[in-house]
Amino acid sequence: MKKLSAFLLSLVMVAGLLAGCGGGDKSATSDSSAPADSAASANKVVKIGVFEPQTGDNGAGGKQEILGMQYANYVQPTVEIGGETYDVQLEIVDNRTSAENGPSAAAELVNRGVSVVLGSYGSGVSMAGGAIFEEAGIPAIGVTCTNPQVTADCSVYYRICFLDPFQGTVLANYAYNELGVTTAYVLGMLGSDYDQGLVYYFTEAFEALGGTVVAESFPEGTANFVSYINNAKSAGAGVIFAPVSINYAQLIVEAADAQGFDGALLGSDTWDSNKVIESAKGKNISAYVTTFYQEGGNPEFDTGIKEWINANADAKTNNGGNDMIAAVTAMGYDAYFTALEALKAAGSTDPKAVLEALPGVSYEGVSGLIEFDDIGDAVRDSAFIKTANTETGAWDFVKVQSVE
Amino acid sequence: MQAILPYVINGISVGGQYALIAIGYTLVYGILRLINFAHGDVFMVAGLVMVYATTALPMYVALPLVLIVTVILGFTIERVAYKPLRTAPRMSVMISAIGVSYLIQNLAFYITGGVPQPVTNPIPWISENVTIFGESTKRVTLVTPVLTIVLVFALVYLINHTKIGMAMRAAAKDFETAQLMGIKINAVISMTFVIGSFLAAVGAMLYFTNYPSVAITSGGMPGLKAFVAAVFGGIGSIPGAVVGAFIIGLCEEIIKGLGYTTFSDAFTFALLIVVLCVKPTGLFGEKVTDKV
Repeated sequence: MKKLSAFLLSLVMVAGLLAGCGGGDKSATSDSSAPADSAASANKVVKIGVFEPQTGDNGAGGKQEILGMQYANYVQPTVEIGGETYDVQLEIVDNRTSAENGPSAAAELVNRGVSVVLGSYGSGVSMAGGAIFEEAGIPAIGVTCTNPQVTADCSVYYRICFLDPFQGTVLANYAYNELGVTTAYVLGMLGSDYDQGLVYYFTEAFEALGGTVVAESFPEGTANFVSYINNAKSAGAGVIFAPVSINYAQLIVEAADAQGFDGALLGSDTWDSNKVIESAKGKNISAYVTTFYQEGGNPEFDTGIKEWINANADAKTNNGGNDMIAAVTAMGYDAYFTALEALKAAGSTDPKAVLEALPGVSYEGVSGLIEFDDIGDAVRDSAFIKTANTETGAWDFVKVQSVE
Repeated sequence: MQAILPYVINGISVGGQYALIAIGYTLVYGILRLINFAHGDVFMVAGLVMVYATTALPMYVALPLVLIVTVILGFTIERVAYKPLRTAPRMSVMISAIGVSYLIQNLAFYITGGVPQPVTNPIPWISENVTIFGESTKRVTLVTPVLTIVLVFALVYLINHTKIGMAMRAAAKDFETAQLMGIKINAVISMTFVIGSFLAAVGAMLYFTNYPSVAITSGGMPGLKAFVAAVFGGIGSIPGAVVGAFIIGLCEEIIKGLGYTTFSDAFTFALLIVVLCVKPTGLFGEKVTDKV
């Protein structure tokens, strides 16, 4: 009897396993359902890989970035390559935020035979995936990964956003010159390439200006930022610069409010998220962030994507339950069209041809002109600075800041 | 003095939160000799239920609901995963506990999509800011230790002066004999899980009011530290768990205040090793009468 029940139990487990696989297949095909509908015309298909986190600390940001690509795919589902019309199919994988999971997610994309890859949100995981793409010779277009090493150490990685040395300098200049602060408290997560990179560049720039920096790190999974805020207060810091994931940004906003920190919070591009602004709403704090795009920069794009998000319940959930446009969404949109330009220029879906064509691509996106330099980085010399309006719960535009 | 005050206030509050979780570990260990590894995840689920319940329901329905759901979860875990293994070697139960822990985490992963859930409707009053001795903090920071102490006294009263408490003490002392004396052992064990889960739910409400974001791994760190607190105080002893939790909470925050932020977690686990080497029974572990 016992043996029988054990046997039955294992049967159930195997069945569950199979059902799980079945579910996976289904979702994979539903990703491509939009182009499949129009595939009645029997167009050839070109696959664009989407290498983004959908779970973990950066899950919220990754999902918003994917939204931009999905909307772009909805607006422009086909592309002319070498005189033929191809349907564009997005192959989305979840790299789960962390660098350990990056390589397997990247290998998955390689297996699916993508022509070009978009992503990822988060620099650490992009670097981890970059090695795999380089081996396979598949070009990757970084959307918002701002650490210099993403492109510097990888011959196939290009990117359409500004870099951390630039971003760190912009924020340091802004804090020193505009906010008139001489002591800054800098906080990053231990072991995060993105956080520690920005911490380094900010510190360098801020100290060059004549300011003092107190830097500290917190371990992954920290929820209690109260003591860190107290440390900033006792250091006499006028600003707290915390280039951290959205999740930690929310907690830092909360703790700064609770501890009555009266200086300003400075955030990097990760902070430009409706999740952070939701946390800041009604709080007694001031926050400034650098970012890629300001809502209102391209009204046509804004209206279109808002309509699309509101008509699509899943998209709305992934955007955090409202139709505010995150900069990463706009960047995802631009990345998709940059990839299409590269495919057109290559005249082929072969990754090698796309890789050769990519450096010459020039595209006027909603976030500005996109061109690449020798390393593969976008030629950009200005960033948007926004501030959190804690009354209305929206980001207010402050200025466009560039560095000489 | 002024400089150290905010760290002390925060440390006591953190200690209170750990204490509420640590009691759950220590109660279950006292009776079943089992480290209930799923306890930290029960705490996390309580936080998640709070996120969902407070957005959908008015506060006076949502909060009791959090307590009820968490208690039912704790009860169910015991009935489904531990009770069938009562006669099995203790190691099997422990492995079952680890399995439950990962099962809960992955179910939560499925429900939340793996993205941390912000607490959008915090509990009013305790989430407001107050100023104490010129230092600003949330009211929950002050409420936590007081509420913890009150609950611990209530629990000690329950154990020392009620019938079920007497049964629990008897079961802790000698499992088999207690059974022979007519104590319904399953009811007693269920009761310990109910109490443990209830306290974890209260702890979760306070914790996620202070740090309003629930990730599926949110239960991990507080759970582990509460476990260390329980061992430090002498596992099986309720006063030990509470004292241990307050000491760990205070030390952690003061270490952060001294500027060694990177090492605050390392300290806690170093303490665990030292305690196990030097005084394996913990601070209060020897007095058998305290054991429940």
